[in-house]
Amino acid sequence: MTSQTTPPGSAPVSAPATGARSVLVVGAGPAGLAAARAARERGASVVLLDAADATGGQYWRHLPPARPSAKERVLHHGWSTYRSLHEELERDSGCEIVLGAQVWAIERTDAADSTAPVAVHVLVGPPDGTDRRGRTFRPDALVLATGAHDRTLPFPGWDLPGVFTAGAAQAFAKGERVALGERVVISGAGPFLLPVAASVAATGAKVLGVYEASRVPALVKGWLPRPWQLVGAAKKGGELAGYVGTHLRHRIPYVTGRAVVAAHGTDRVEAVTVAEVDAAWSPIAGTERRIEVDAVCVSHGFTPRLELPIAAGCELTPERFVRVDDGQATSVPGVYAAGEITGIGGVDAALAEGEIAGHVAAGGSRRDADLAAAVGARRTFTGFATRIEAAHGIRPGWTSWLEDETIVCRCEEVPYGRLRETREATCASGLRSMKLTTRAGLGICQGRVCGRTVEELIGGGAASAGLETAAGGRLDRPTPAASVTTDRRPIASPLRIGELAGRDPDTTTHRASEKGHP
Amino acid sequence: MAARMVPAKRDPIRPAPANPIVISIDGDPVAGVEGQTIAGVVLAGGRLAWRRTSVDGRPRGLFCGIGVCFDCIVTVNGERDVRACQRRAGDGDVVSSQHDELPEAAR
Repeated sequence: MTSQTTPPGSAPVSAPATGARSVLVVGAGPAGLAAARAARERGASVVLLDAADATGGQYWRHLPPARPSAKERVLHHGWSTYRSLHEELERDSGCEIVLGAQVWAIERTDAADSTAPVAVHVLVGPPDGTDRRGRTFRPDALVLATGAHDRTLPFPGWDLPGVFTAGAAQAFAKGERVALGERVVISGAGPFLLPVAASVAATGAKVLGVYEASRVPALVKGWLPRPWQLVGAAKKGGELAGYVGTHLRHRIPYVTGRAVVAAHGTDRVEAVTVAEVDAAWSPIAGTERRIEVDAVCVSHGFTPRLELPIAAGCELTPERFVRVDDGQATSVPGVYAAGEITGIGGVDAALAEGEIAGHVAAGGSRRDADLAAAVGARRTFTGFATRIEAAHGIRPGWTSWLEDETIVCRCEEVPYGRLRETREATCASGLRSMKLTTRAGLGICQGRVCGRTVEELIGGGAASAGLETAAGGRLDRPTPAASVTTDRRPIASPLRIGELAGRDPDTTTHRASEKGHP
Repeated sequence: MAARMVPAKRDPIRPAPANPIVISIDGDPVAGVEGQTIAGVVLAGGRLAWRRTSVDGRPRGLFCGIGVCFDCIVTVNGERDVRACQRRAGDGDVVSSQHDELPEAAR
């Protein structure tokens, strides 16, 4: 089953009144689930979409119904929160959950009128299937909760089989019960490395080490300036303490100021080089150590999935997240955003933001009494995004890991040397011309993996101010407008020409509030 | 060593027995269980790479695991460019690896 609706026999919680406000929520992770429930509590008619065939998002990625188990909760944090959100929405006749739903475009129905509703175009069916069904929604309010994916910086050998993102290790441990290797090294930056190590260890693999590139001073600076905030965030403290316990139990070394700077092998990874790195993440000569591995899992942070907010016309912050006000409203009337697309703040921030977004999208106010707990939680956890960035944010010295042969764009197989030569030969005349000349970022992943890396390497990215390159050149260019960054994807997901051509608008257009409620 | 399934007997989640399925990749049968993705079945079957890249003919398999990178695409029952990490395996699925040569002019 890739699409499901509420069984007709189930007891309606309180079916929305005829003419109720319609809210469309995109993304069924923590933020989207919380938004859908809050919108229903406020009486709206809700449609919740997710591209996957289950709710839960990446955070609560879990085994499919065909693989039941007695104690799946031991793999998760907040599993009972997930189960109650999911079950409540599933038996609610006022909420339609559409799974296997890939949003491929959002358009303004009237470009001249900023208050006109948006149209959300969706294909429903098996992932990358040829016979998916088109649907179009024109909701009264739209909540975007599309989350984020790993950002993995390139290093020599990162394209070898056996090198994975940390998210892949997590997804396959929790969603498949597959261990990606027997001798595993985890590397990158950020608190996400800890749950990944715990998940990998729980598959029975040997985690040889977790290498966090940031050094202790940065970690202290990021995490300790306002320690009293952690009291309010006791749940988060408990989650982190759980991971530390796992590390002690499995004797996993957690080392700061070190990074995997190369992977070795011919047709698969056989070893990695781990080096000590300075505060700018430049490797320190003479500290390299070779470790035999059969899998390496790397994540240097997260990239928010911004193509839908950008397509809807939402303003971004200078840090390139969706700009929202205290009620999670974006700059576009009727469009709200919650979770990691508004800042990498973790599950508790996502749940609070989702609840606020859903409530306000359904016509409520953020000052309403029943929202007080969520507003308080949002205040407590919003600081986490800033702390994570201060402690673990990508530092410019990583470019000195690169060799001329290192693949930067995995899809189009563009090596770093070609990017560098093209930049030098053409005096780098901007992101678009660099992409067209080198083909970097133009492959089937639509620049999701290398986009921000290419921007930094050619000097257009937000993080590149004053970037020192491996070649000794200095790149100093202004931050580009959203229209020329790699986050912009007018077609939000690759789709087949046949699916586009085969759409019949007359039979596929639905208004969210017009679906058959009793 | 390669990827493998967590043995059911040693798995702390205490899994119930799952329905066995068999798919084929490039003609070789691979056993899995219902509910796994194609990437899950192939990886746990001991194969780490399946696609060959167009320019350098390099091996690729799973990378992001969450449908973002498209490195793991395969042909499933004649349907091309299907992300193996996203598509659930069905009993009897015929999977083949992809190697798309570049047209002469683009080399």
